[in-house]
Amino acid sequence: MTAVLEMRGVSKVYGVPPVQVRALVDADLTVRGGELVAVMGPSGSGKSTLLAVAGTLQTPTDGEVRVAGRPLAGMSRDEKAALRRRVIGFVFQDFNLLPGLTATENVALPLELDGVGRRAAHAAARELLGELGLADRAAHFPDDLSGGERQRVAIARALIGDRRLLLADEPTGALDSVAGETVMRLLRAACGRGVGVVLVTHDAHLASWAHRVVFLRDGRIVDQTTPPAGPESLLTTGSAG
Amino acid sequence: MSVRHALLALLSEGPKYGLQLRQEFEQRTGELWPLNVGQVYTTLQRLERDGLVEPDSSTPPAQQRRYHITPVGRQELDEWLRTPPPAVSPPRDELVIKVMVASRVPGADVQDVIQAHRRRLVETMQQYTNLKAQAPEHDVELALVVDAEVFRIEGMLRWLDTAAARLRHRAPRPATDREVSTTGRRVARRVVRR
Repeated sequence: MTAVLEMRGVSKVYGVPPVQVRALVDADLTVRGGELVAVMGPSGSGKSTLLAVAGTLQTPTDGEVRVAGRPLAGMSRDEKAALRRRVIGFVFQDFNLLPGLTATENVALPLELDGVGRRAAHAAARELLGELGLADRAAHFPDDLSGGERQRVAIARALIGDRRLLLADEPTGALDSVAGETVMRLLRAACGRGVGVVLVTHDAHLASWAHRVVFLRDGRIVDQTTPPAGPESLLTTGSAG
Repeated sequence: MSVRHALLALLSEGPKYGLQLRQEFEQRTGELWPLNVGQVYTTLQRLERDGLVEPDSSTPPAQQRRYHITPVGRQELDEWLRTPPPAVSPPRDELVIKVMVASRVPGADVQDVIQAHRRRLVETMQQYTNLKAQAPEHDVELALVVDAEVFRIEGMLRWLDTAAARLRHRAPRPATDREVSTTGRRVARRVVRR
C-alpha cells in the first residue's frame, strides 16, 4: 500500500522567543493505506499537535508533510479545505455532530459541501451507515442516539466519500469499554478498506488495537513497537515485561 | 478454579451423569482445560462424602448414576463465587525492582529503561488484542480471558507511566534522610521481596 501520510523532520513551535513551546520536534512518521497507527504519549507530549499538522489544521514550523502523496507546503487555504473534505477524515472525542441534522444528514454533509447532489449524498450516507450497523438509526437525531452510536455516525462522516486518511483523537474517550471496542473494530475495518488511520491516545488499551504504536515524549517520537508476532508466541512466553 | 466448584456449578443447573459433567466442563471452558473421567468420579465421591451432592434417587438402578446438588452444596457454591481469590504475588514486582534499581544506577537512564518495558508490554497487549479482534464479536469466553490479561498489563503500564512522572519531578534527597513511616517501609519491603 502507498503512504497516505508522510511526515519528514516536522517541528512545530508555538509562541515567540523567549517564550516558546516546542510542541513537535523533528518528527518522522509514515502511515500507509490499510495501516492503523496509534500515537501514544502523556498529555502535553505533542499528540494533538501532530494530528493537527497531519490534518492541515496547523502549519509546521519546519519539515515536510504529504497527504496522499501531495505536499501540504504551498497549498492555499481553499486547497487544504478541499483536502479535508475529500481525503482526510476526523474523529474527535466529543463526536462534533450537528444536533439539528439527522444521522444521514450529518454523514452526507461533507459530500454536499463538496458539491455532490443531495439525493446522491444521502444515498451514500445511508449505505455507509448500513455498513456500520446503523441502518435503523439513519433518520435519528444525535440526541436520540447512544454515545457509541453517535461515535459510529461520526466515523461514518469521517469515512464518507473516498477518504484515504482518518485522524482520530481519543475517539472512545467518553464511552464504556465495550462501546469503545466497537469503535476500535470499526477503525480496524476502515483499514480493511485501504484507509490509513492515525489514532492519538494516552490509553494503552486503545493503542493496542493498532498495527503499530508510536511513542511520543516531549514532542519527539522516541520509540515504536515492532509488528507483534503471531498469537502462538503467547503460548511460550510470559507476558510480564 | 477447582474442579470441585466447577462440578457444583454444572449440577446447580440440574441433575447430571458423570460423563455428561465431563463433556459440559470441557465445552464451557472452551476446551481449554481437559479433564479425565477418573477426576470427575473422584471429585463426585468427595462431594457426596461432604454432603454437597447426592445420587439421584429417581435413577433406575440399572442406569448410570445421576447426581444433584444439595442445599448445602448450593450454599458452598455461592460462598465460593463471592470469595475473593487469594492475592498472589503480582508479576510487576520484578518491574518495580528494575525501575527502582535503574533510578539509582549511575549512568542508567531510568526513562529509557521505563520506555523499554512500556514498549514490550504494549507489544504483548497488541498480541492479546489481536486475538480478540480476529475472533467473532460473540465469542464472549475468549473476550473475557483476553480482557483479564489486557487489563492486568494495563495496570503495569499505568504504574510505569506514574513512575516515569514521579521520577521526572523527583526532589533531591535531603542530606538528613529520616525514615518517616516505618510501617510504610515494611509494607514496601514486602512488595519488592516477595
